[in-house]
Amino acid sequence: MSIRPPAAGWFKAPHGAERLWIGLALCWCLVMSIAMPYWHFYGKQNSTGEAYRVEPGAFAQRVQRFVATNQVGELNGIPIVQPAPGGDAYLQAQMWSWFPVLKLKKGQTYRVHISSIDLQHGFSLHPLNMNFQVLPGYDHVLTLTPTSSGEFTIICNEFCGIGHHMMAGRILVEE
Amino acid sequence: MTTTTIGPDVTAGEAAGNHPRGEVRVCDTTGLAICTTAERFMKLHAVFAVVSLLIGGVAAILIGLTRWPAVHLLPADWYYRLVTLHGLDMLIVMILNFEIAILYFAGAVLLNSRLYSKSLSWATLGLMLVGAVMCNATVLMGKADVMVTSYVPLRADPQFYLGLILFSVGTLLGVINFFGTLYIAKRDHTYEGSVPLITFGATAAAIIAVVTLLHAATTMIPTYLWSINLLSSIDPEWYRVTWWGLGHMSQQVNVCAMVSVWYLLGHLTVGSKPLSEAVCRSAFLLYILFINLASAHHELVDPGVGATWKIWNTSYAMYLAVLASMIHGFTVPASIEVAMRAKGFQRGLFGWLANAPWSNPGFSGFFLSLVIFGFGGGITGVTLGTQQINIMAHNTLRIPGHFHVTVVGGTALAFMALTYYVVPLIFQREFYAKALCRLQPYLFAIGITTMSIGMSFAGSYGVPRRHWDVEFSGSPFAPAFDSGAHVMLGLLGVGAVIAFTAVLLFVLLVVAAVFFGRSNAGRPMEPWHVERGVTAAVRASHGAGEDEEHRTPGTLVLVLVFLASFAVYYFANWLWLSDVWHVR
Amino acid sequence: MAPKVPGEVHPIQKLMDNPWLLLFLGVVIPTVSFTFWAWYEIYFLPPATLP
Repeated sequence: MSIRPPAAGWFKAPHGAERLWIGLALCWCLVMSIAMPYWHFYGKQNSTGEAYRVEPGAFAQRVQRFVATNQVGELNGIPIVQPAPGGDAYLQAQMWSWFPVLKLKKGQTYRVHISSIDLQHGFSLHPLNMNFQVLPGYDHVLTLTPTSSGEFTIICNEFCGIGHHMMAGRILVEE
Repeated sequence: MTTTTIGPDVTAGEAAGNHPRGEVRVCDTTGLAICTTAERFMKLHAVFAVVSLLIGGVAAILIGLTRWPAVHLLPADWYYRLVTLHGLDMLIVMILNFEIAILYFAGAVLLNSRLYSKSLSWATLGLMLVGAVMCNATVLMGKADVMVTSYVPLRADPQFYLGLILFSVGTLLGVINFFGTLYIAKRDHTYEGSVPLITFGATAAAIIAVVTLLHAATTMIPTYLWSINLLSSIDPEWYRVTWWGLGHMSQQVNVCAMVSVWYLLGHLTVGSKPLSEAVCRSAFLLYILFINLASAHHELVDPGVGATWKIWNTSYAMYLAVLASMIHGFTVPASIEVAMRAKGFQRGLFGWLANAPWSNPGFSGFFLSLVIFGFGGGITGVTLGTQQINIMAHNTLRIPGHFHVTVVGGTALAFMALTYYVVPLIFQREFYAKALCRLQPYLFAIGITTMSIGMSFAGSYGVPRRHWDVEFSGSPFAPAFDSGAHVMLGLLGVGAVIAFTAVLLFVLLVVAAVFFGRSNAGRPMEPWHVERGVTAAVRASHGAGEDEEHRTPGTLVLVLVFLASFAVYYFANWLWLSDVWHVR
Repeated sequence: MAPKVPGEVHPIQKLMDNPWLLLFLGVVIPTVSFTFWAWYEIYFLPPATLP
């Protein structure tokens, strides 16, 4: 009875259906245990958390330099900036916008540095639906390879104040 | 002096226990010896829980009707404010109060013991009350629009953090009181052998509560000091990790408490017994040792913590805790099947289930909670808690879709089911409008499941959580979510309306019974259902014997269906993941 | 798994019957694996070079 102390000598091995189920469940758990390390080595989508400590002011300055050297256009008043293929791109999150608009090339790999200059933000790329956390003081580096082209919208999905639901940006990917 | 101790075959009845004279009463229904001090505090915390359920529920319907785009009820500031209030009152205030009440029961009552300390009880209640009022007031005054997670550098009024600290200290004192009760019960030999299974489950909950509350103190004290400018800054990732030590570990308290309640309700409704004490307890042991590693689920796409930390903490040892859940997922329904088959309901694979007392709200709520938690919560939780799959899910509505099936469809519904026994047995009052009581768990289950399905599917389109406007009006760019996402948000709204109606109904039924219900003092409670036992002759004709009593083919089919669903959902998510951009 | 000598208690049962040991393990294991390990990684995060 679950509400009474058990009879002495209750520690006994399971048998029958219970034993079978425990075995099956354990096998399933082992399968799941292999999945993440497998994908880490062989899969193409991982979140390794690669990051470096940075002063928000220093990050903002680097973003300005990136825009100054690589700007190729403008969209809704925001600079469109094209990083070198295989190179570093910088993206700044702030209340309540993403700066700048990145222009990438499909199939190229970039080191995208994302940080915030104020609160925590959530980098959420659509319609792909890829999501990463963006923190002030942290240079979060994503080694990113676009595998599709077009116009992609970044929204913020970490609450960051009253303008949170208006915070959106763009990433453009050409063929 | 010979103290009659309770044991496997000895009821409390006239057991002397260690209660001071006049501070114990024997329950007319269960025969348990109830420490009257523990009972008083069970009542107080139950009332506190139901009041916060109501407040949190009102917040819930208002925010649900805001996420439903066609209604979009609240303005932005109140939406964010009430999301904060809802999280605070449901996740922290309501549920921890219920759990403190459960600790009183599983400690003092089940161990036939007096409570360790009445002063600790008053301190617990007082601090939890002051803390909860402080937090609620600060949020409602607009001084803490930070979500319940209050991620720094978002900054709330110092009273918000102080309220949380006081509430946590109060809860910790209640947990200490429970451990004290365990200690004196053992010292005074009020029970023989090992503690009952439910007490062991409650001990698991209490242990996890200690880790939770230590993390709460570690997070909140420096954050409070920062809010009054005594500390210059708090590292945001340090905060996230440490806060989720409070946030996720408290959910594991809920899991242990919920599973213990399942066993208790199985006993109260159909007289079920655990098939194997060793198996059930081992599962709780795995929870104690490993389940809290899952807190890493919240940092899977964070900077600053590496892949090894992420993968280790959300797999390996953590999957041993998943194994524990899968074990309970078998043993709980299996114990029902064995109990029902022993009563003679042996037809086919599911005769035992079809003939179960579905008109008993204690049973229906419990079994629905089991199914919703297992199929809905367990499967989505483990899948979303995979480092790589989390890339597609973090901060989308898939996350609230997951935790509303676990915490609400699972834990809260189980606690509601238990209330249908707490009121007659502890408050010693009978319910009015029993037909409505019988309906209420179904209504709540349908509402929560509908709402969570809406959330999960909207989230899989990428719709964010904690977000006021899916249209992004006023923004230079808009993601233009698929129309399917809008339909799903409508489903979220409809589900929220049904669930809220069920919450309101629950509160009304409970309040009517507690304050105006007929007393049943001096006699057993009115049963929720009439046992339809099968006669001995029929039982004999089915060849019921020792082995017959332990057959669980129906449960085996259920868990195999569960495993198949799990595998399909899990691999489907990996497949979807392979379509997104490459990232490392 | 049943004890060979009547009255002898299996070591795992002994563990489960000891709430204080369980409390210790239940606090230490997640605090080390989840909390302290994470704090360590955060503390030793290298500075950004912003290339």
